[in-house]
Amino acid sequence: MTDPSALWHLTRNRVLVMLREPEVLFWIFLFPVGLAIGIGVAFSDGTTDVVRVAIEAGSPAERYAESLDADPALDVEAVAVQSASDVLRRGEAALVLGTDVERSEGILLRFDPTRPEARTARLVVESRLQEMAGGTRPVSIRAQEVRVPGQRYIDWLIPGLIGFNLMGTGLWSVGFYTTQARENRELRRLAATPMRRSDFLLSQVLARFAFLLGEIPLLIFFGWLVFGVTVEGSPLALAIVVLVGASCFTGLGLLAASRVRTTEGIGGVINLIMLPMLLASGVFFSAQRFPDEVQPLIQILPLTAVNDALRAVYNDGLGLGSVLAELGVAVAWTVGSIALALRLFRWQ
Amino acid sequence: MIQSNAVEAATELEQEAISTPAILARGLRKRYGDTIAVRDLDLSIARGECFGLLGPNGAGKTTTIEILEGLTDPDAGEVRILGMSWDTDARRIRSRLGIQLQETRLTGKQRVEEVVALFRAFYPSGPTVDELIDLVQLEEKRRTYVRELSGGQKQRLSVACALAGSPDVLFLDEPTTGLDPQSRRSLWDVCESFRAGGGTILLTTHFMDEAERLADRIAIMDHGDILVQGTPAELIDRLGGDHTIEVECTVPLQVGDLAELPSVRRVVASEGRHYLTVDESHRTVPALLSLIDRLGGELTWLGTHRATLDDVFLTLTGRQLRDD
Repeated sequence: MTDPSALWHLTRNRVLVMLREPEVLFWIFLFPVGLAIGIGVAFSDGTTDVVRVAIEAGSPAERYAESLDADPALDVEAVAVQSASDVLRRGEAALVLGTDVERSEGILLRFDPTRPEARTARLVVESRLQEMAGGTRPVSIRAQEVRVPGQRYIDWLIPGLIGFNLMGTGLWSVGFYTTQARENRELRRLAATPMRRSDFLLSQVLARFAFLLGEIPLLIFFGWLVFGVTVEGSPLALAIVVLVGASCFTGLGLLAASRVRTTEGIGGVINLIMLPMLLASGVFFSAQRFPDEVQPLIQILPLTAVNDALRAVYNDGLGLGSVLAELGVAVAWTVGSIALALRLFRWQ
Repeated sequence: MIQSNAVEAATELEQEAISTPAILARGLRKRYGDTIAVRDLDLSIARGECFGLLGPNGAGKTTTIEILEGLTDPDAGEVRILGMSWDTDARRIRSRLGIQLQETRLTGKQRVEEVVALFRAFYPSGPTVDELIDLVQLEEKRRTYVRELSGGQKQRLSVACALAGSPDVLFLDEPTTGLDPQSRRSLWDVCESFRAGGGTILLTTHFMDEAERLADRIAIMDHGDILVQGTPAELIDRLGGDHTIEVECTVPLQVGDLAELPSVRRVVASEGRHYLTVDESHRTVPALLSLIDRLGGELTWLGTHRATLDDVFLTLTGRQLRDD
């Protein structure tokens, strides 16, 4: 079904041509990193010195609440026992003080060790508590590390930006090149050879994969370097989700460009595809914010599926087994759009 | 015994293959909106022949050649390439055709050798990339980006791509339009060596000298129709005279008067000038001058040349072939 030599040359030339365009390199590699850093800095609360601490209602720590709140470095709020975990998970507090059921009057101190401010908060709170209790009767404090991956905005943002990048670069690089080649009659020339048409479409997907090798690790690296965002799940699972996502948007790019005649025209088509997903699929804010009535629609959008799968692996450390539904949606979009593109594609 | 039968069968097949024309078209018709691009066109080009399709811009040459190349579907008619049909054998035909299209712009930041290697990869067999580059004399440019090539070099690259699969049939659509004389000649050389190897060429052009130099047979097209076809010599013979006199003067000349001058075979008026096909210009010219004198006019232009295909076209259509 495929001619390896033709496929190799098609892919190779495509990659070489892209690498020779400085603008392309900027948009593919540097722009997403810049965007991540910009948004991350703008929205991260890491710069504030005040650490938020939550105290469970009815716990032995409650009596110290007022004194702790007096500390300028701490911002103390009371929470109900049942919502304490949520507060921690959502990053609304760095530290939760509760009841240590194993010891009488014992205080359980829960925090996420991956958050730098949580470690500081733990030290401050522990020493303040002992100080207040007096040296003779130390308070029993047990620290419990609760790993809550992906609770900061930036943790949540980075996989979203990867999804956004998969979409943008996939649609633009394939859509723009294909339309330009049609406008320049290069497609017509290719169609006049015995080249298999599926090889041409496939080479676009493969060339896209080649770029992912640079693009995605770079974004992950900067996310870690600048914001300490780490991949919680397995790199292999993440790689598979990324490949599925990239194929999906390359396929959509081919479909978008299957009939457009001019490079001016393709810009509009791509924006038309991208904009709704940029807003609805949870790149910058959660897709859950939209009303329930439109959720089914939002959930079947390819970027929603890709972002959800990326976050599940990246932030929550889940395996592929947990994102089968999302992968299914993305694969369906891939197969559907490439099959349709093959049928609709105009070579001239 | 069985073996020799097989051999005989093979030679029979081969002979049949050789006797079928390289290109055969019957009743081709193509319409774009209100414009009829090709009307009921028939064409048969033998293997090993170089056939020139001639005509002004808009005559339907490109539409015709693109139908034959399988790039445009005709509204009606039948096409056979090497005995095969586009409907059933498209891929097999493509692997045996070499095609050069008008106005193809390849992605600019590919190197010459990368483009040639890409096209070579599409075909099961053919010359090596080095051989192809040598063939069109682009050795010194092999590492150059396509967009930095001159028009002539781009055209040579395009011919190298057309030859990448050792084609049996080569389609060249206006291959030398816009080229300098040296590039034209070097393209002609490539065509001649391709033909020396037994290849068939279908060429469109609006240069008569190119057609006369390369083509065994020529068809002159206008308004989607073939007006006449034959060898260049046959077509010129049809004019009935060997020479053409071009004349322009300050008084109006009547075609009838001119036709009665000695040795005149045919008169055509076009854009204020009269073209006289004659056998012996030395007999016609003095009579022509005295006619103008009698009418009280003055000569503003007089030229004579051996009759060419341009004159054939002019005689057939009353228009100049080259409108530029």
